[in-house]
Amino acid sequence: MRSYSSILSYTTLCALAVLATKLGILNAYVQLVLMYVGINIILSTSLNIVNGYMGEFSVGHAGFMAVGAYVTSILNVMLFTGSSIFGPPLLSPSSAIYLFPLTLIAGGVAAALAGLLVAVPSFKTRGDYLAIITLAVNYIVKSSIENIQPIGGARGFMGMRNVIDSMQAVVNLPWTMIWVLISVGATVWIIHRLVNSTYGKGIVALRDDEIAAEIMGVNTRRMKIVAFMLSSGLAGIAGGLFAHVLGYINPGTFTIMKSTEALVMVYLGGMGSLSGSVMSAIIFTLALEAFRPLQVIKWVIVPFLLILLMIFRSEGIMGQRELTDIFPNLRRWFAPREGLA
Amino acid sequence: MFLETFFQNLLNALQWGSFYALIALGYTMVYGVLLLINFAHGDIFMVGAYIGFFIASLLLGRYAGFSPGLPPALIFGLTVMITMIITSGVGVAIERVAYRPLRRKGASRLYVVITALMCGLILENGNLAILGASRRSFPQLFSNAAHNIAGVTFTNIKVLVILTTVLVFVLLEAIVRKTRIGMAMRAISYDRMAVPLMGIPLDTVIVFTFALGSSLAALAGVLFATAYPVLDPYMGALVGWKAFIAAVLGGIGEIRGAIAGGFLLGFVEIFVAAFFPSTLRDLIAFSILLVFLSIKPTGIFGVARATKI
Repeated sequence: MRSYSSILSYTTLCALAVLATKLGILNAYVQLVLMYVGINIILSTSLNIVNGYMGEFSVGHAGFMAVGAYVTSILNVMLFTGSSIFGPPLLSPSSAIYLFPLTLIAGGVAAALAGLLVAVPSFKTRGDYLAIITLAVNYIVKSSIENIQPIGGARGFMGMRNVIDSMQAVVNLPWTMIWVLISVGATVWIIHRLVNSTYGKGIVALRDDEIAAEIMGVNTRRMKIVAFMLSSGLAGIAGGLFAHVLGYINPGTFTIMKSTEALVMVYLGGMGSLSGSVMSAIIFTLALEAFRPLQVIKWVIVPFLLILLMIFRSEGIMGQRELTDIFPNLRRWFAPREGLA
Repeated sequence: MFLETFFQNLLNALQWGSFYALIALGYTMVYGVLLLINFAHGDIFMVGAYIGFFIASLLLGRYAGFSPGLPPALIFGLTVMITMIITSGVGVAIERVAYRPLRRKGASRLYVVITALMCGLILENGNLAILGASRRSFPQLFSNAAHNIAGVTFTNIKVLVILTTVLVFVLLEAIVRKTRIGMAMRAISYDRMAVPLMGIPLDTVIVFTFALGSSLAALAGVLFATAYPVLDPYMGALVGWKAFIAAVLGGIGEIRGAIAGGFLLGFVEIFVAAFFPSTLRDLIAFSILLVFLSIKPTGIFGVARATKI
């Protein structure tokens, strides 16, 4: 029972959030912020695999997000809604309710394949040169989408709202919220299980010393592929959710600026700290919303606060520690599967 | 006809590459000394262009009714010089306020990179908040009459930009190879542990590097604003990222590399735009870069650093 307590408590929280939304306690703005928080948690934890645990410097996370966002949106609009681009729906709109997770995963898979663009050069390249490759991939993705006219090019792509509507027509629940919450839970759980497994410790070994890791029998190439593909795949899922929360995407959303936000969240939380990434995603998103009335000055104050934070706490909020390292009592609740309470 | 188009594009590419090269020099010098990717550098270029704008306007007597009545060429020269001095102050200030405390604490260099990104954001948006979103147009100091030699047209500015870049390259090579401070810079990039032990003041060298890099960015800013006289607060962002790419393409930490990378990126972008639809420019340019770095991961002049086991 105890080993499932974290999953149980998260499920209860999510159920409460969904119930509150359903009963109209949370207004639309709070819902939107909540979903942004969720998406940012997926982005920061997934980037943390590469930038934190593996110690590389990927600066093109938004590119993978764009791949996922576009693939999921196009699939959904093509399959479940009638649109001027793709004509009548290929499947009945009501089946969206079952097939939405599949299209979401399809977006993730597509983004993971795009992640290979970075993973393969990473066999030979490390550090700042790899950073450039990720930057180039971000530009290539954005620029490719801009040049595909059938899906709107630089004008963007919309119609995802109808997909959500057709899901709500079957069962009237806040479906985007539900899928965001499920994806966040799944992401954090997958990453937690991976980096604490013997297999996943190979990723950390790569950061500490690649040559030593190879000598100790870590298949470095495979670990790199796993890390990059998982990271970009999860970013793709975040992108798919983002597209459905907003209802409209355009390539200009997925620029280096978006990647920078993800980077900031990772380093704010601490490299290689999962709970740090979650916390920083929450804090960063809420801070951006809190400073929204200041408009332009927001983007002066937030970076300024971050610089101050870096100066006074130069390893991020958590450093490399997890929440359970600081509050050992939490282990009773977030116990590993072996039951070491 | 084909040859004319080719030379015309070549000239354009040389000018375009010059801007990348001048900015890339700042990236590469700071990297050579500190192993820090100074992502605020593109925005220092923007700050340089703005400072140049205000100085030039002041000298032209647009403020306070005071007009010295100087000839345009002199105004340009003064603008460049004063802008370079002030902007190098900005660069040094950023180093002093944001990077040095982190370096003292021995923070991982990636945190310094994030700090640099944040400094860039502050410069961009601070500018936007103070000066407003309206674009400003740089005063015209040179006649933009086009000369024509054998079918190739060019303006004074184009020639000036290219010649300045070549001159800067020669000067910089001389500084790095011949002067004491240049030797100290090379020594630090060679072995950063031993250099302070030899009595070389590390901080002085770092401040000098930032001042030099920022003043070159300011030079690029003023030249850019003269050639394309529209200023907006985000002008440095994209150019800055691309100049960083140019620096890596040439082999980061190498002065020749920054120049070669800058011109190479300029060539690729101009020639892609000349033969393909210009919307494909970024796509093709970055795909070439990706393939190039996959084949030669350390750039044109870069040497793989030996990893100790």
